[in-house]
Amino acid sequence: MTATDTLPEGWQTALPPLNAGEILLAWLELDLDANLNFRTSLVALTNQRILTATESWPLTATAHLHHVDHAGVGMLELDDGEKLLARWRYTLGRNPAALQFEREFNRQRDSQASGLPPPAPVAASCPICQLPIPADEEDCPNCARELHTPPSTWTLLRLWRFAQPYKGMLLAGFLLTLAATAATLVPPYLTMPLMDEVLIPYQNGKPIDTTKVAWLLSGLLGAAVFAWALGWARTYILALVSERIGADLRTATYEHLLKLSLEYFGGKRTGDLLARIGTETDRINVFLSLHLLDFATDILMITMTAVILFTINPWLALVTLIPLPIIGWLIHMVRDKLRTGFEQIDRVWAEVTSVLADTIPGIRVVKAFAQEAREAQRFREANKHNLEVNDRLNRVWSLFAPTVGLLTEIGVLVVWIFGIWLIAHDRITVGVLTAFLAYISRFYMRLDSMSRIVSTTQKAAAGAKRIFDILDHVSSVPDPVKPVALPPLKGGIKIENVHFRYGNRAILRGIDLDIQPGEMIGLVGHSGSGKSTLVNLICRFYDVSEGGIRVEGVDLRSVAVADYRKHIGLVLQEPFLFFGTIAENIAYGKPDATRAEIVAAARAAHAHEFILRQPYGYDSLVGERGQSLSGGERQRISIARALLIDPKILILDEATSAVDTETEYEIQSALNNLIRGRTTIAIAHRLSTLRRADRLVVMDRGRIVEIGNHDELMAREDHYYRLYMAQSKQLDELPALGMEAGMENEVVA
Amino acid sequence: MSRAPITGSFSLTRNLMGQLVFVGADGTAHEGVTPVRAFALTAPDAGISLMSSESKELQWIDSLDSLPENERHLITEALAQHEFMPIIRRILSVSSFATPSTWQVETDRGATALILKSEDDIRRLKSPGGLLIADGNGLHFMIRDRRDLDAHSQRILKRFL
Ligand SMILES: Nc1ncnc2c1ncn2[C@@H]1O[C@H](COP(=O)(O)OP(=O)(O)O)[C@@H](O)[C@H]1O
Ligand SMILES: [Mg+2]
Repeated sequence: MTATDTLPEGWQTALPPLNAGEILLAWLELDLDANLNFRTSLVALTNQRILTATESWPLTATAHLHHVDHAGVGMLELDDGEKLLARWRYTLGRNPAALQFEREFNRQRDSQASGLPPPAPVAASCPICQLPIPADEEDCPNCARELHTPPSTWTLLRLWRFAQPYKGMLLAGFLLTLAATAATLVPPYLTMPLMDEVLIPYQNGKPIDTTKVAWLLSGLLGAAVFAWALGWARTYILALVSERIGADLRTATYEHLLKLSLEYFGGKRTGDLLARIGTETDRINVFLSLHLLDFATDILMITMTAVILFTINPWLALVTLIPLPIIGWLIHMVRDKLRTGFEQIDRVWAEVTSVLADTIPGIRVVKAFAQEAREAQRFREANKHNLEVNDRLNRVWSLFAPTVGLLTEIGVLVVWIFGIWLIAHDRITVGVLTAFLAYISRFYMRLDSMSRIVSTTQKAAAGAKRIFDILDHVSSVPDPVKPVALPPLKGGIKIENVHFRYGNRAILRGIDLDIQPGEMIGLVGHSGSGKSTLVNLICRFYDVSEGGIRVEGVDLRSVAVADYRKHIGLVLQEPFLFFGTIAENIAYGKPDATRAEIVAAARAAHAHEFILRQPYGYDSLVGERGQSLSGGERQRISIARALLIDPKILILDEATSAVDTETEYEIQSALNNLIRGRTTIAIAHRLSTLRRADRLVVMDRGRIVEIGNHDELMAREDHYYRLYMAQSKQLDELPALGMEAGMENEVVA
Repeated sequence: MSRAPITGSFSLTRNLMGQLVFVGADGTAHEGVTPVRAFALTAPDAGISLMSSESKELQWIDSLDSLPENERHLITEALAQHEFMPIIRRILSVSSFATPSTWQVETDRGATALILKSEDDIRRLKSPGGLLIADGNGLHFMIRDRRDLDAHSQRILKRFL
């Protein structure tokens, strides 16, 4: 490691030569320069100094390296305690490497300062989460996320995965199609003898051979009946199959969607997801059951016809088939245009649905602010956009079909010309020409419908792509490949140096907290200080950007998500009730709960009495958004819901903010029972709610600034004191809230 | 709670640590002040606020033009250091038309690659033809007016809109 040859490709000569005994320890490839232009450069750390291509700084005891990021740009700043020495910038993709660099720097500097050799670097650990990396793997299995593997263009073929269970039926359908198509090709063949051996001889004075005619005509009838029966069977079977494939696809997509993280839902609009799962699976379904079937038939028909034509007369057949390559070329030309067009239409369509999905749940706000006209206008605009995109596409599309039609007509004309010429030279009989004309009318009809499949295929492919977009999306809180079995939880949670970022905004910056089993923690701090975010991380709705959270010594990322969440009871500020009865809503997390359990949970949450006031008691229906209940009532139902699963860890995120003081007081007294035997993390805006907390954790702008109980924190007269004083002052100013003020006094006492 | 904008006189200096130091009407000095634009996209120059390191507003500035030369210079400089929204001039190539897709682009800050995780990361701006593209690593790229791009870039872009 003495030379610079351990540097990455292309950087070996980027640094000045090292001194004797100097060892290269770490380096960071920067991709931005001082003026924030994209330009790469290198900064390296040795056991003596930090150096770049042109400058170097010794590792003095006062040297300090520190890292900040803002708007997607990370920055490392080096100072000597008084003065800024240097500043390096990079895009956040390099953040893990930069943090590694910073850690290595601190280790070196501390060892220089203390004179002790630097602690041996811990076994390779992930630069992001600091978990040890298994020896046989290169990247951290927890953090390695495939950021870009685009789905293949042959998206439709991927539907095979869903078709596979129906292989047998599909094969039967195919064989039936083959037979049915063959049967439809019999009649034109029979017109040949009918012409040449019956009608033309009759014109030349021969009497009609009635037995022959009877045979030929019954052949025609037989073929038609046969084709009808086979056609019916295959349409039925294949429709059955495609309906099932469609249903499987829809279910699979929905199941997958449910497993995706909150991050995914945060970035998607409801309308768009509704459109994907509803409309597009249906479109794929129709494509499979109708168009794909027709297409297969067409192909079969065309090949078989071609074969028959060639056996009758190769020259005439050749002429007949001339337009085929031209049409093929046309199809190819138009296909790309259409596909992107249809993708665009789908997106616009999702936009239209999104307007609905945004407005309908917010209808009270819309009406309250009298914005109906504007919402209507928004819808009209989305529709207009839809029209524009469609119009553009239709321009191409409308030209395409008639062109194919024209080519067909020309083809028939050519066959007439060539056929007449051949008859005139006695090369073929009239019967052959008749048969040809009968065949090619079918043949071109097929070509025409085949050209139509271009549009439907493209539509289905676009739909399939949007479905597979969901199916291919890897949850950003993935279940580990080999999940560690979760030991029985005692309820302790260890949060170590947790950093978290939403997009490029750093929200949590180095949280350390050790929560004991059975402890009640009160999280307080200004709104926006990251309390809910921390709780989201503890629930593993998101994964930490750096650091780790452990329960019973196991990192959250190495256990199966659902396994872990079973032990968490969560009550949010805005309770969500599903459409159904009150009992069903309470039992949501434990559908097999007995009635006695439901009632007990409701009692504990002080919801029992108001539930009994409902017309059907526990069997009363509550609406989609629980319209018929008040905020406090809904909240108590959601508390009961959390209690029913008897969680080891109970999380209350401003759970009592929406209830009136009296109700809160009731819940408060219930809380006594609730927190017994479980770890509780409670976030509350009203500090009085937290008086039973063992420890209060005060957060400020993504950091923990104070920990202690109420009295300790009051004595410190700092963050908590100020929050508390601000509240009691407000309460004094609001005599109407005397009840609350009374409670405050109780706390102080 | 809305407070009246703080618009009194103030002074700015830069200390040795490279931080901005703000001294307001009351005479107290605040280190580590950052200027932020209130309407970063729609009216970048119309309102600028000076925030303390505790994220409290120290000063509201309606327009930079009204400031003395020194303050204006320091603020513009700090904004330039702080802001990073490369403007895409050309889209050279994309790895695929399905997302996630890696784009090779030419920006006003040089050539680079960005990863588009989903079409939803392209946001239409109010200004006609304006687009904001959030890449997988949290950077934001801007396209001022897509109709001004060259034909090749426009063709690529259209597939994602
Ligand atoms: N889904 C999200 N995407 C981006 N930023 C978020 C998201 N959720 C919260 N934030 C931001 O994170 C910060 C902390 O939020 P939060 O943890 O909800 O605060 P609180 O302490 O009030 O619960 C806030 O500044 C908020 O704007
Ligand atoms: Mg919150």
